[in-house]
Amino acid sequence: MTGGAVSISLIAVIGLFILIGWRGLSFFWPGSVYEFDMLDKQGGHYTLIGEIYDVETVSTEQLIDAGISGLEGKPETLERYLIKIGNREYVDLDFQWVLETIISATSKPKDIVVFERSKNGNFYGYIEDILQQGRSVNVEQTSFKEQLQIRLARADALKNQQLELLNGEISSINFALEKIRLKKRKLDLEGLLNEQNILELNAQNEKLTDKYLALEEQLFSYRKQAQRDSVVVRDMTGREVTLPLSELIDFYLPNDMSFSAKVQHWLHQAGKFVSDDPREANTEGGVFPAIFGTVFMVMLMAVMVTPFGVVAAIYLHEYAGKNNLTKFIRIAVINLAGVPSIVYGVFGLGFFVYIIGGSIDQLFYPEALPAPTFGSPGVLWSALTLAILTLPVVIVSTEEGLSRIPSSLREGSLALGATKSETLWRIVVPMASPAIMTGLILAVARAAGEVAPLMLVGVVKMAPALPVDANFPFLHLDRKFMHLGFHIYDVGFQSPNVEAARPLVYATSFLLVTVIIGLNLAAIAIRNNLREKYRALEH
Amino acid sequence: MITLATPAADTQALTGLSAAQTALEIKKLDLYYAEKQALYDVSMKIPKGKVTAFIGPSGCGKSTLLRCINRMNDLVDSCRVEGRIELQGINIYDKSVDVASLRRRIGMVFQSPNPFPKSIYENVIYGLRLQGIKDRRTLDEAAENSLRAAALWNEVKDRLHDNAFGLSGGQQQRLVIARAIAIGPEVLLLDEPTSALDPISTLTIEELISELKKKFTVVIVTHNMQQAARVSDQTAFMYMGKLIEYSDTNTLFTTPLQKQTEDYITGRYG
Repeated sequence: MTGGAVSISLIAVIGLFILIGWRGLSFFWPGSVYEFDMLDKQGGHYTLIGEIYDVETVSTEQLIDAGISGLEGKPETLERYLIKIGNREYVDLDFQWVLETIISATSKPKDIVVFERSKNGNFYGYIEDILQQGRSVNVEQTSFKEQLQIRLARADALKNQQLELLNGEISSINFALEKIRLKKRKLDLEGLLNEQNILELNAQNEKLTDKYLALEEQLFSYRKQAQRDSVVVRDMTGREVTLPLSELIDFYLPNDMSFSAKVQHWLHQAGKFVSDDPREANTEGGVFPAIFGTVFMVMLMAVMVTPFGVVAAIYLHEYAGKNNLTKFIRIAVINLAGVPSIVYGVFGLGFFVYIIGGSIDQLFYPEALPAPTFGSPGVLWSALTLAILTLPVVIVSTEEGLSRIPSSLREGSLALGATKSETLWRIVVPMASPAIMTGLILAVARAAGEVAPLMLVGVVKMAPALPVDANFPFLHLDRKFMHLGFHIYDVGFQSPNVEAARPLVYATSFLLVTVIIGLNLAAIAIRNNLREKYRALEH
Repeated sequence: MITLATPAADTQALTGLSAAQTALEIKKLDLYYAEKQALYDVSMKIPKGKVTAFIGPSGCGKSTLLRCINRMNDLVDSCRVEGRIELQGINIYDKSVDVASLRRRIGMVFQSPNPFPKSIYENVIYGLRLQGIKDRRTLDEAAENSLRAAALWNEVKDRLHDNAFGLSGGQQQRLVIARAIAIGPEVLLLDEPTSALDPISTLTIEELISELKKKFTVVIVTHNMQQAARVSDQTAFMYMGKLIEYSDTNTLFTTPLQKQTEDYITGRYG
């Protein structure tokens, strides 16, 4: 019985992991791209190029009932394919369901190219020509791929330079300009603004603006250089489309790839997924900001919940008298764990964001008002809200740990002239640290998976900047952040293109689970290390 | 080793001891756990530089009495003490007495070895660290001296920084003794120090106790009458929370004055 229960839960966990993992990871595999010869209703032919995304078996009867003609005498069930056609701006629907009966022929031409673009998703087609400043570069067809690779690498390098400039110097200048504006406003509010410091600040402002303009010019020149090359592509309708290389991210010929090349491509794509920023309303690109946001917020939460929970547990266990009040507090703490998490979100919004954050703004950032600094949802408030949410777990397991310390050790320490608090901090708490870590593991597991309260206190669909950057003071706890859990919700349910987003939902879920497991494993490793150190408890 | 003084006055609670010879004086001590009285009117003088043993059947209050001497009973919420225990003329139950510094003067070793989950070295200097001593050389010296005094130095000198749990039970108990003497107490309380140990370790500890009394006043609680006879100079027999008889060990075991003492040492109960 018990063995059965254990194995069922084990199978459930492994099954879930494999399903999500398989669906998520296969998304990065370069699937074959087919050229379908299709029959239209008038009996003519047209071409579709695309990847098979999904296959469904439907009963013919159902289809006839739905009003689809020409199916009499066909087998009882038919296959229906979901084909990803891409070329979003040139077709009505970039995903199409087609019935097997209207496909007259299928082929896998080796020279079909898939272009990954920074806008509008993938483009499928055949390379016709490569242009430099609008003129053909006149190369053999066989060396198109090589040529394109070289030119794409150049465009990439220029793009990276642009990004560096944008995220580095330009962002610093913007930050400094904002600082000057705030300083001016602060002086104004304090009544200290006089001609001299206006001049001074204006001079600084001007200097920075000049610098900014110079950098902007450089940026534009990079941009222009990146636009030099383009590629002419023939799509499935035979139309020739010119794609500028500055908008291309990558291209590959999936039907002409060896297995090892595919593996390489797969690894490359998966790597980009975890390290890139999202594009196209989160339906394309990577999820790096979400990973970063999740891990950062959870760590911030751990940093806040641990001392607070441990101190509370020590008070409850060591100092509080054994009376009804203590009993009541303990029951309250345990019940705190049962409060629905969205309630914590509401509490966080009302208390942390509006009351505490609002007061902080009035006291310390009056110059920025009415734009809030801490008075709006942000990563600090999210971490605090989750810290309260996970506090009971830490308190309960710390108390358990404290009660497991043999009294002989406390007495030994007291007998050597230690006071109660010295005994606590030198002997008891270190020995209870594995239990504290256990509490923290449970807290992290809970916090990393929590999404509902975060939607109220700090998570956003698209954060313009990470909470950590190169501008002083480096940690920006007032900023909003992205979160994998919310990302799943957003991509899966709020995206304009559900079909395109579905594999991303799996991939992101897989990543979220992996991140949580990773965080837990790290905590477990620390705990085991501590246990090894304090294994006195065993005797 | 055993004092052969035989004056009759000395056989009852050693009342004739002068102040200079007395390490501790217990005066009319009553102790209650909530409503239940555990010690009744105990009065005795514990001589300086000698080994005093408390014997008696389980539950007779000998450990309770011992724990009164360094106020370990303070840890029990429901415990209440009446009477006085004087250490050099000062009542240790006086409000002005700092318990932590009292315990530095009256060290204690417990029934089962309780080393801290630290290295051997850190265990020995724990008490010194508490006093804020940081000088490396002072600490090293204190560690070596205490370990030598506890007859453990030769066994552990090459692995001072290993975890104390790697030691055997007997070694752990000697480590705990070293830890207690490192802070230089005047009195050392041993609460059945060998009851968790094998015979050979017991022997080592007993030899150690004979050495220790050269520097400290030792009070030992033991279950084992032979042990009391072997290591102690004075023996107190307790029964049902009362001090029945207290005299020098030789006298108590050979010519007990009380019937109850005789019954106990001849094994009629226990």
